[in-house]
Amino acid sequence: MMLIKRPQDIKASEITPESTFRQRRMLLKTALAMGLIKTADSSAQEDLIPLNQKASGNREQPFPGDGRLSDLKSWPSAVNSEPTSFEDVTGYNNYYEFGTGKTDPASNAHTLEPHPWTVTVEGEAEKTGTFALEDIIKGHTLEERIYRFRCVEAWSMVVPWVGFPLGDLLKRFKPTSQAKYVQFFTLNDSDQMPGVRYPVLRWPYREGLTIAEAMHPLTLLTVGLYGQVLPNQNGAPLRLIVPWKYGFKSIKSIVRIRFMDEQPQTSWNMANAREYGFYSNVNPDASHPRWSQATERVLGGSLFSARVPTLLFNGYSEEVSSLYANLNLVTNY
Amino acid sequence: MTRRLLGLIKALALLACLIPLVHLLTRANGLGDLGANPVQEVLHTLGKTSLNLILITLVITPLRRETGLNWLVGLRRILGLLGFFYVLLHALTYIALDQGFAWKSLFVDVTQRPYITLGFLGLLLMVPLALTSTNSAQRRLGRKWVKLHRLVYLIAALGVLHFSFQVKVDISEPIFYSIVLLLLMGYRINAWLTRRNAMKKAMALNRDAANV
Repeated sequence: MMLIKRPQDIKASEITPESTFRQRRMLLKTALAMGLIKTADSSAQEDLIPLNQKASGNREQPFPGDGRLSDLKSWPSAVNSEPTSFEDVTGYNNYYEFGTGKTDPASNAHTLEPHPWTVTVEGEAEKTGTFALEDIIKGHTLEERIYRFRCVEAWSMVVPWVGFPLGDLLKRFKPTSQAKYVQFFTLNDSDQMPGVRYPVLRWPYREGLTIAEAMHPLTLLTVGLYGQVLPNQNGAPLRLIVPWKYGFKSIKSIVRIRFMDEQPQTSWNMANAREYGFYSNVNPDASHPRWSQATERVLGGSLFSARVPTLLFNGYSEEVSSLYANLNLVTNY
Repeated sequence: MTRRLLGLIKALALLACLIPLVHLLTRANGLGDLGANPVQEVLHTLGKTSLNLILITLVITPLRRETGLNWLVGLRRILGLLGFFYVLLHALTYIALDQGFAWKSLFVDVTQRPYITLGFLGLLLMVPLALTSTNSAQRRLGRKWVKLHRLVYLIAALGVLHFSFQVKVDISEPIFYSIVLLLLMGYRINAWLTRRNAMKKAMALNRDAANV
């Protein structure tokens, strides 16, 4: 006689109600999509080898020749509004290395040379050195993520970025237990960037995150937008997107990553510490000393479009508020 | 300079001052465009134009003194009034288009954001100047008119500060405007000191003459 497990063996109280079962499935799906849970294939990247230890000196192109990024993993969009037009996303930028006017980067950034590109990794990590961009990107699945983007100047846009979670890359450098913060630097080359001849900010542009923020699945290491490689004025070839923080935290054209045990310096904080804090989380209740952050103007509107209310953490509270459980968000602006 | 020629020059000045407004209107109506942030573009263009006009009115006296072209003074009123017109449009754009008549947040802005407080103060101070800009008001007020209209120095300073205080870190333009204002004021202070010294000398001479 075959031994069949009889249904009676399971107490009614032990049976998962269908609604809970479905909720769990949903939760798993969302978590998977957000990269909260690692699947087997997501750690399939090769071991990173610094450029100077590689046998061949030939550099590969990191992206297809036509700049199109295809086979993008989709991501459940939490944004209800339409993405801002490609013209506005690429024509209205703050990138002071190419001038302080909003249209300066689009006019001047053609001098930036995003290939060949290297990123130097240093500080509190086991694997440090200078790595080729193509090696950094290889093995990571590119995703299209539609995020809200909120500038500290109280304007905002919605952008379909292309990238992969920063944490997936940072783990490959095996940060030590001393790595409590990560600092990032932008290229600082006056031949490619006319703006760095003027001391508007302390060059090179630098930014930083706590290790928890850097490892958060929403933090996107970004290589493209609108399904193509990043235009120079948007921070080619490699930038950060931290959607719950003011835009200046999302550093562009990254050439250096440093793991640190103390809070790193950041350019805007160095320029004016009272106005630009280390955290710079989007917060409608923490005004900029000179202007309100309660509302924002969505780019691409008409002369008669109204401002819209700004959301705490730019609308990503559910995902990130736990990072700041014990932090006063107004004093730690 | 005949009256007719001056009238013609005034009309041309008026037309020239309206170019920025006409340009904005054509851009708003599809000829070209106002960019990704149209409200801010309009707001900034109107504000910058008004500041330019206010400073241009302050150029007239030094220019007249240095060149002897006394008819230039006839342009001052039209330029000042247009400056005021642009300030009003600038404020209206802010109140209506940018803030959507959100009076509560406007009140907070005016009372708590220094650059808006200064700008608002400058606008208020321009009202009596605009109201007393007529020939009859000038006659009626006499010497008081001259004193009242010295407020324009304060207004220009408020305008430059209002502009400077909202800039994030690139202060090159505010520095330029500040230098222009300082030069214009420096010219006046220098002229005033020279006049005062001359007067003192004259008085001393008179005294000496009386003592003889």
